[in-house]
Amino acid sequence: MLSAAQDLVYGLLPTEEAEDLGLGSLRRHHHLGFLISDDEKSSYNYLKPGIGDLSSDVDLSAFGLGLEHRRYLLAFFSVFGVSIYFGFFCNTLPSFNFKAEVMATAVMNMTTAALDWVSIAFDAPLARAVVFGVHIDGHLVVEVLLIAVILFQLTRKSYKPPKKPLTEKEIDDLCEEWIPEPLHPPITEEMKLEPPTLESAAGPHTVIDGKEVVNFASANYLGLIGDDKIIDSCVASLEKYGVGSCGPRGFYGTIDVHLDCETRIAKFMGTPDSILYSYGISTIFSVIPAFCKKGDIIVADEGVHWGVQNGLYLSRSTVVYFKHNDMTSLESTLEKLTRGNKQAEKIRRYIVVEALYQNSGQITPLNEIVRLKEKYRFRVILEESHSFGVLGNTGRGLAEHYGVPIEKIDIITASMGNALATDGGFCTGTARVVDHQRLSSSGYVFSASLPPYLASAAIAAVDHLEDDPSLLTTLRSNISLLREGLSDLPGLTIASHPLSPIVFLKLKNPTGSFKNDLELLNKITERALKEDSVFIVSTKRSVLDKCRLPVGIRVFVSAGHTASDIKKVSDSLQRVAALVLAEHI
Amino acid sequence: MVRLPYLIALSTLFSYGLLFAFGQMRDFFRKLIDWSKSTSEDLKGYAPICLGLEDFYTRRLYLRIQACPIDCFSRPIASAPDAWFDVVERYSNDNNKTLHRTSNTTKCLNLGSYNYLGFAAADEYCTPRVIESLKKYSPSTCSARIDGGTTNLHTELEELVARFVGKPDAILFGMGYVTNSAIIPALLGNGGLIISDSLNHNSIVNGARGSSASVRVFQHNSPSHLEEVLREQIAEGQPRTHRPWKKIIVIVEGIYSMEGELCKLPEIIAVCKKYKAYTYLDEAHSIGAVGKSGRGVCELLGVDTDDVDIMMGTFTKSFGSCGGYIAASKEIIQYLKHTCAAHLYATSMSPPAVQQVISAIKVILGEDGSSRGAQKLARVRENSNFFRSELQKMGFEVLGDNDSPVMPIMLYNPAKIPAFSRECLRQEVAVVTVAFPATPLLLARARICISSSHSREDLMKGLEVISNVGDLVGIKYFPAEPPKCVEQDEKVL
Repeated sequence: MLSAAQDLVYGLLPTEEAEDLGLGSLRRHHHLGFLISDDEKSSYNYLKPGIGDLSSDVDLSAFGLGLEHRRYLLAFFSVFGVSIYFGFFCNTLPSFNFKAEVMATAVMNMTTAALDWVSIAFDAPLARAVVFGVHIDGHLVVEVLLIAVILFQLTRKSYKPPKKPLTEKEIDDLCEEWIPEPLHPPITEEMKLEPPTLESAAGPHTVIDGKEVVNFASANYLGLIGDDKIIDSCVASLEKYGVGSCGPRGFYGTIDVHLDCETRIAKFMGTPDSILYSYGISTIFSVIPAFCKKGDIIVADEGVHWGVQNGLYLSRSTVVYFKHNDMTSLESTLEKLTRGNKQAEKIRRYIVVEALYQNSGQITPLNEIVRLKEKYRFRVILEESHSFGVLGNTGRGLAEHYGVPIEKIDIITASMGNALATDGGFCTGTARVVDHQRLSSSGYVFSASLPPYLASAAIAAVDHLEDDPSLLTTLRSNISLLREGLSDLPGLTIASHPLSPIVFLKLKNPTGSFKNDLELLNKITERALKEDSVFIVSTKRSVLDKCRLPVGIRVFVSAGHTASDIKKVSDSLQRVAALVLAEHI
Repeated sequence: MVRLPYLIALSTLFSYGLLFAFGQMRDFFRKLIDWSKSTSEDLKGYAPICLGLEDFYTRRLYLRIQACPIDCFSRPIASAPDAWFDVVERYSNDNNKTLHRTSNTTKCLNLGSYNYLGFAAADEYCTPRVIESLKKYSPSTCSARIDGGTTNLHTELEELVARFVGKPDAILFGMGYVTNSAIIPALLGNGGLIISDSLNHNSIVNGARGSSASVRVFQHNSPSHLEEVLREQIAEGQPRTHRPWKKIIVIVEGIYSMEGELCKLPEIIAVCKKYKAYTYLDEAHSIGAVGKSGRGVCELLGVDTDDVDIMMGTFTKSFGSCGGYIAASKEIIQYLKHTCAAHLYATSMSPPAVQQVISAIKVILGEDGSSRGAQKLARVRENSNFFRSELQKMGFEVLGDNDSPVMPIMLYNPAKIPAFSRECLRQEVAVVTVAFPATPLLLARARICISSSHSREDLMKGLEVISNVGDLVGIKYFPAEPPKCVEQDEKVL
């Protein structure tokens, strides 16, 4: 009888390796049948190699038992053991099947003898001990001992598989074996292509390779490149302030012309305030993450350019794209996002659109956007890089074009590197929107400020535009002239909005692959430059750009172009497209 | 590194605690007031533009520490950021919520601009050439580099930069910040690993976030921890799949702008070489400012530029212009010119700014036919080392290494930030004070940037004022040991 108890105690005793113990007790009870039927001594002998074997070879999880459950397993077996023990001592469970089956009489006798002996041994010193009326004998001592062991085991931490960290040697080998990829993929022929180098200002006419060409590749919409007034203001600024500002806006990089420029732009746009950025493309990708954080919802057009995409990605917000310039798609997206979603009211929601898409030349129907925005209570971030100074009767952008009050647009950003013919960018909106950026917009806070002469140029350009809105009429008549000239090109079709100064030509019959399309288009632009001295460019797509709109040729019209320039580009495109696209019409 | 005394840590924490408590209280009352007023109809249904505690720090702490006396932050100037400049005076009618400019200016000693070589102001060699380029090329090309934005100047500068830093080829960008944040996503994506110094600039952090690569951080300027991270990462591989990393790029800066410390480049390069990691060195503050001929930390610390895979730098600091560059092997540059979004989509660098850099580098290299460049370089080194040692002698806790023109003075307590800044300005010395989030919360500091255009008298004046203000504000945390004073006294006697 004692063997069971003994067995249990062995099983519960903490051995050196917890793993052994867990398996040991499991294995022992598993085989309890023949263990006890055997000689007691041999049964004990059997245990030892058993433990060894298991610990070295068997993974406990193979038993289908979660290792973490060892504690419960132990407790279970302990209770099991205790009940056997009580069965033996008190004969309260005479019909205990398990016992009856396994006990051979010889062993029974031996254990009874041994147990008696132990009982006597325990009883002897305590035979007459009575504590608080409880007679203390061996029986009780063993019970207390057992309970103590059980409690001890229960308090132990549950078993976790030992982490076997890699040895230094193994790490060395892994480091040795690791072969990194090269920093760049293999260089292909197309990567070696260099863009043409300009030898003079990028005005309507420029010099490439010593030859004068007409330039339809610069977004110099108002023809302000080379404008005397702007250059004079730059010279004055350069003489006074030097070239760079040598510091971020916070640390003495704020020069009075920056503040003047901010006020000038705000005044021009009719907004309370504006903020200058030192580079066009960084404007939008700093503004979006400054306002949109993880958990916010942004609904964006799928045709937005890389700067916007980068901003959306950096914001870590939930971004949902709608079909390019498709208001029904936008409406259904907004509907889906807000319907029945009470939580949506508590998180910030934004619609991000470009006023004039540089990837397609399309114009966003702002009146529709404003209607939807108000219906579904979204804020709007409007990227006006290519529409500022171009659209609207006085060049105040898309809001003016649609007659939408400027306050309805929450955040407007634009690059000054296009119509204003300078560099940098700005964001305009309410004082709250602007002030928030001054401390939270990374491209503003962590970058050196705009060189002061470029801010002066921006002021001069805005002044010029306000003084002389006829620039816009010239630009518009140039656009329609060019569209007329390009209306029946062989193999190419105009995909842009009638007011867009980017006249976007896409293939009538695309080949089905970006790369092949682009190759064809590049052939056209190359030949136009080489044979006709007409500088036009195709859309370039970085592999990082997620925009999937069709590629095309972008012809940037300027107010500085003359009718003969426009005739030249139309004629050239007619001729070259017919030659290159002969098989694709 | 910084040794933060216990008592100071405690008092600083207490100050922030107090500010925080007051901020919360004010927010509470603000809410009550807002609640009692009915909100306008238009805003109903919109979540606030700043949620809950998102801008709590800026509204209630930052504005109180730095900007509520906004006069400490974003002070406008009305001249070139040269050795002395005109700081515009401002006034406020609404407790500093908004500030208005006046037409009055104060001439102050400039210890804040990154004008290490003094190219910020008009220069006899650079300015005429810049104006000439402006007239020839206009301020902008209105086009991306890949389209119509490449002029002769751009290609000339690319060659010159490559030659100057000692790499086969280079590529330009119109803004330093964009250089980092647009290049890193082009270099590696999914399955790549960026190991970045813990104090790297925000542009690197944003670049790393913009790429889909994984990012790990190693302890600031610690090659041994870098090695630990590298070993662990190479052995572990990518998370979950445990595939080996495609490539690993270690990104460090030449001079850490908030610490003034030089990068331990030789040790870091050795570790990277051992583990086949690529190195990316951001020399925004070090290019032009350190090294015998101004070639940056590689020259100063004797590192072969062939061992640095990608060298990045900006033109904003030493060259007094704007923009940034990446210099690397011909193949990498070819790849970047084909892939990098900023090269493909962003307006190219303004031609006059390009000309400024070309001229400045020519002056530094002595190709203008004078020794002004060498003098400037010697001057900035002497000035920096003189100023640093004097500050240390006075008992200030100054961070950074010798030869570095950037030296932060530790302030710690938030109340000392505006106190130091204002008091210095009152005595006509303009310094920059920096607090959280640009530095760790407890380690607010003032930062001095030394230029070669500072004369010895300028520096003496600066030291005198800083010493006085330091006494007043109580930031001389390491007062000179008494025995030294006794010795000096004896000598005098």
